[in-house]
This record gives sequence, C-alpha cells and structure tokens, in this order.
Amino acid sequence: MGEVRAGIGSTGEGRVVRVRVLAAMSGGVDSAVAAARAVEAGHDVTGVHLALARNPQTYRTGARGCCTLEDSRDARRAADVLGIPFYVWDMADRFHADVVDDFVAEYAAGRTPNPCLRCNEKIKFAAVLDRAVALGFDAVVTGHHARLGPDGLLRRSVDEAKDQSYVLAVLTREQLDRSIFPLGDSTKAQVRQEAARRGLAVADKPDSHDICFIADGDTRGFLAQRLGETPGDVVDATTGAVVGQHSGAYAYTVGQRRGLHLDRPAPDGRPRYVLSITPKTNTVTVGPAEALEVATVHAARPVWIGGPRPDGPIECEVQLRAHGVVVPAAVTVDADRLHADLRRPVRGVAAGQAIVAYRPDPAGDVVLGSATITD
Amino acid sequence: MAYLDHAATTPVLDEALEAYVATAREVGNASSLHASGRRARRRVEESRERVAAALGARPSEVIFTGGGTESDNLAVKGVYWARRDAEARRIRVVSSAVEHHAVLDAVDWLAQHEGAEVGLLPVDEVGRLHPDALRAELAEHGDRVALVTAMWANNEVGTVQRIAELAAVAAEYRVPFHTDAIQAVGQVPVDFAASGVAALTVTGHKLGGPVGVGALVLARDVAAVPLLHGGGQERDVRSGTLDTAGVVAFAVAVETAVKGQQEYATRVAALRDDLVRRVRHAVPEVVYNGDPEDRLPGNAHFSFPGCEGDALLLLLDAQGIYCSTGSACSAGVAQPSHVLLAMGADDDRARSSLRFSLGHTSTAQDVDALIAALPAAVDRARRAATPRTPR
Repeated sequence: MGEVRAGIGSTGEGRVVRVRVLAAMSGGVDSAVAAARAVEAGHDVTGVHLALARNPQTYRTGARGCCTLEDSRDARRAADVLGIPFYVWDMADRFHADVVDDFVAEYAAGRTPNPCLRCNEKIKFAAVLDRAVALGFDAVVTGHHARLGPDGLLRRSVDEAKDQSYVLAVLTREQLDRSIFPLGDSTKAQVRQEAARRGLAVADKPDSHDICFIADGDTRGFLAQRLGETPGDVVDATTGAVVGQHSGAYAYTVGQRRGLHLDRPAPDGRPRYVLSITPKTNTVTVGPAEALEVATVHAARPVWIGGPRPDGPIECEVQLRAHGVVVPAAVTVDADRLHADLRRPVRGVAAGQAIVAYRPDPAGDVVLGSATITD
Repeated sequence: MAYLDHAATTPVLDEALEAYVATAREVGNASSLHASGRRARRRVEESRERVAAALGARPSEVIFTGGGTESDNLAVKGVYWARRDAEARRIRVVSSAVEHHAVLDAVDWLAQHEGAEVGLLPVDEVGRLHPDALRAELAEHGDRVALVTAMWANNEVGTVQRIAELAAVAAEYRVPFHTDAIQAVGQVPVDFAASGVAALTVTGHKLGGPVGVGALVLARDVAAVPLLHGGGQERDVRSGTLDTAGVVAFAVAVETAVKGQQEYATRVAALRDDLVRRVRHAVPEVVYNGDPEDRLPGNAHFSFPGCEGDALLLLLDAQGIYCSTGSACSAGVAQPSHVLLAMGADDDRARSSLRFSLGHTSTAQDVDALIAALPAAVDRARRAATPRTPR
C-alpha cells in the first residue's frame, strides 16, 4: 500500500498509481481540500459524509464539526463541485457506542478521554475504513493535518498549530497503510486559500475546536445529565482535610484549577489544582501546583508504528495531551505496556489521555508510537 | 449507463418538451384580460380539457398545482379542514401504513397541529390494503372520519391497490376518498369517474412531463380549504399565477402516457419480467417484494439478504447503473423502508432492499447491464456488511 500513497501522499514524488479512494467529508474546509487533491492526483474518489448524530440538530457545526444537517449539505456541495459521487453513511449507533458512551464511561471512571482520538481509532479508521475496503476501495482520505509519506511514517504537519498527529497516533500499521492525509505539507492558511481558489464555499467556514457531540460546549452539564449529581468531598492532599464539596467527581480533570469552589484557602495561600479523582470514594483530591508534577508515566494498549518495537529504553520526545507540551523522555515499550521516564517533570498528566512518542526530525517529527495513560 | 430509476423521475417526452418551449416563448398571464392573457388562458383551458379527458374527469374537476406533494397536501389538509368545518366531529383521518411521505407526513402534521386522530390501515405481506380493513374502520369510526386517503399504486414495491373497491366502501359511509395516483397514471388504467374516488393526485415528471407541475382532480361536490391564498385561481382552491408552459407540457405528457398506456405496459412488463427472472437466477436468495402479479409494469423490488441497500446502490452507481433504495432520506441517511416494515419485513430485509424501475426509455440493454454488474456487487456488499475490525 506504499504505492497508494506514492501517488497522492503528502511527501515525496512517487509514481502515480490510480486507486479507488474514499474521502471522508465532514463538511469542513480541510476534508474538502483533501478530497480535491485526491481528485487532482488522478484517483477515483468517492465522497462520504458520516452521519454521527442520532438527532443531527443537536450537534455542533464548524470546519471540523461533522454532524449537523448543514455540514452534510456543505459536504455534498463540495463533492458536487469536485464532480465526485457522494453518499451519507449512517454511523450514529457505532459513534454513540464507541465514542459518546466511552467518553461518559471514561469520565465516570475518573479518567479524561479524548473523543477525537477515539473517533479516529474506532470510527473513521475502523468502521468506515473496513466498510470502504470491503466495498472495493483501496484507502481512506481525510483532511487531517499530519504527514504520511511513501516511507509510511506518520509525521507532524508543517503547520504546528494545526498538527493532528497526536490524535492519529493510535492508528495501527494496518490502518495507516490504508490512509492518506494530503494536507500535511500545507498550513491551514494555505488550505483555506486553496479552497477559495477551487471555488469551495467552505473556504471561510470557521474552525471548530470543541467536542462535536456537546452542542453548547458545556461538558460538565453533558456529563451531569448522563451521570447524575453525586455530591462528594474535595480533599486537600497535604493536610487530608475536606476543603470543599463537589457535585460529581467525573466533572474534574487532573490539573484543573478553575471551578473548584473551595471553602477554605490553602494554608500557604497558593492556588490548588486537582491532583487526582477517585471514583471509588467519589473524592477529588487537590494540592499545590508542584504536587501535579509527574516524572514517570505508565500507559496501556501501546501501538508502535515508527519502526520495529525497541527492545530496551529509547530516548525520544513525548506529548501527553493534545496541543500539550513536548518533553524528552526515555520510553520502554512491550506488547502490553508503555513506560516513560520524563527528563523534565510535567504537570497535569491525566489518565485516559494518550502518550505519544515522537522522534525529532527536521523533515517533521516522526510518530513512534502511542499508548493510553493509566497512571 | 442504465437508468433504472424511472419511478423517481422519468425523461421528459420530446412532445412535452417542445410544447413547453413553444409556450414559454409566449408572454401572457392566464388571469389577464387582454389578448395575450386570453391566449394563455386558452392554452391552460385546452390543457385542462385534455387532462380531464385522459383521466376520466370533467375539466372543472382539474386543479393545477405545483406537483404531487402539493396535491397530496391540498387533498389531505384541505379536505380535512373543509369536512371538520362542516361537521366538527369529523376529525379522524384514515390512511394506510404504506403511503408516500407526502401523504403520511401531511396526516401526521394534522395530528400534531390540528387535533386530528389517525387511523392507519394495515397491509398484507405484498403491501395490499384490504377493503374489509377499511370497512371495519369506518363501521367503528365512520361518523367521525373526515377523509380516507390511500395510494393507487405503491411507489416502492409497486403493488396496485383495488382502488374502486376501497372507494366504494368509503362511499357507503359517505366519506370522501383521496388517492395518490402519482405512480399509477400512464402505467395502469386510471379513470377518475369510474373509480369512484373524490380526489386524485397526479404529477408531471413521473410520466414524461416537467417537474413542478401536477394536478389534484377534485370532484365538484367536494370542498377543500386552500393551502395557498391569493388571486383565487383554480376554483379559489389554489391561488398563484398559472404556469402556462408547464401546464401545457403536463397535459401533453398525461395525454401521451394515457393513450399509450396499454402498449407501454405490455412492453415494459416484458422487460421487467425478464429482469426479475434474471436477477433471481443471478442471486437465487433474493426476495421479490410486492404483489408478484398485480403490480406496476416497470417496478421490480428486491431484498438482497445479507446486503445493505445503500452499499449495493453505491457499487451499482459506480458501474453506471442507477437505482434506488426506495426509502426515505433525511440528510441522505437511509432509513429502513416503512413500506417493507408495514408488510411485515424485519429491519434487515427492509434495509437490504433495492428498487429497479423501468420506463418509457428502458431497453433490454439496461437489463443486460444490471445483470452483468449485479452478482459482483452483491458479493462485495455482503462482505461489507460484516466488517473485520483490525486489532
């Protein structure tokens, strides 16, 4: 499948091999331009919009949104401009089971999930890709900002602010081998200009940054509606004293400072942060910023895609949340676990997020692998 | 390319297109009093007479509309309001579970917003509505029923209803009977007067006329409250400047289709029978939906066990074969067909269905093209229905 990307990939000038590709079209500017580039590369492109909402009116719109009727129409219009077939695939049940329910269950378990990552892992590059392959397509094209060249390596986008390699790092070798990301060599600004030049009406559509299935952006309210109010204690880690009440431990994320509503200030008068969430006792533990610092990270379900899995520790860089800081680390990985010794402590590492290991590279930092943070 | 979706829309007849263009070149509002208006009015009235003659109605019974959906809405809501206004207890609307959404959703709207109660009659496993079911309904609720509405022929599975028998039952209870005959006119014999119905919907683009023009044939003694208020055109039931060119082309198409109906039905049914025979041979496990005998001549409707209809459609589309899942769409998301569900099909059979509909331009080559592409498409669609998930 290196050949697939040779014709269309974001790096390199490979041979042009005409393939049948399925372009996932969200209705946003990125996926429209990605599909356009696939068409221009001479491929046989079919557009598909994923209907993910059981009630489309309730979802958020935007360039990365993918769930409203307006988005569906925008995607269809872009496909018509490109002159490619276009269909809507109903993935609402899968999306609810694998992404929305998972999102709620993760919070209920005291972890902090990344639903975009889960959607890539379970929907776009699993359910959709499987169906596409079964229907005779060779690969799926998406508008993600990441580079995936003929060498098969996943790299950061040239546009570091828009880089999405973090949420793609969960993909397996098999999944990546059937994926094409035509936008990795372009900045978002270039993509918008190109959309305008191609007459795609979505050129000016605003970016969406929030979770598509939480229409009003109120994650806490969304969780409260599903998990109910479960009042409990907020405990100070240093003194062990109860310093406040919460209405549901699931509403908190490690590293969070705002919205704690503490009754008493800390003895030292410094701000306190959420250090941990314990669903079993329904306790939120808070403490000073330095107590947030983590020097070792344990993670499960590793995926290693940047070459053969190393036998011993390797020096690389790790990123611990989307758009989070990148720090040097020594990473050890086996079939079930990943362990990272951070060379510099990091604050606000939350279970449920992904740890992604990168190898610095002037041609774009290379994703080595990823795993889900457990502690 | 093989166009097997004539039930969605069928190519415009040359004579209808020519009549349209010729008329559209002339200026004239049929409501104007001067010579140009009189000329337009003459074209409209001649067209009304042609449509009436073709459908067994009187010219004064033909109300031109903007198409099938409007005619259905006008019949359902307009007759409901008029009957309820005349007798306040008449708030029940009787329909069938297999109607087109233009009827079903209009009925549902009356229930949601106008206090209507709804009696939906069941159908049997071929989609047929039985007069006994209607009689039982009217025996129980007859004095509260505002109208009965039931389609002449089903747009999905092609089953032709025994409309005259049903209309006769409604007549026993003095309840007006509307029929959506959109799929029937030009396909099977349709005679408004002989059928005994009070109102009948017909539209242009299913029989070789333009899109956006149709008619409601409404008996003189049946009142309908208008949906559109304004200049009082069309017996005050449907205001709006008449689309002279559209009406002329529509009349040409209705007349041509009805005149040629018998010959058309013989030719197209033979093609359809060949298609059905060869599909069954190519994919022995298919389920042929609808009444195997008493159905529209151009309709072939199947369920392909183990496949999803939308996957098959995509694969056939890629081979230049155009058909339909025959199901309602919302944002393009295929829902399992309410018609098949009403016929007792399970969700899988309903989702695995495809409609092939032939029409006046269909040829044996269209059938050949389908048969050449179908087995591979079915194989692939079957594989796609049970996806392998990596890791």
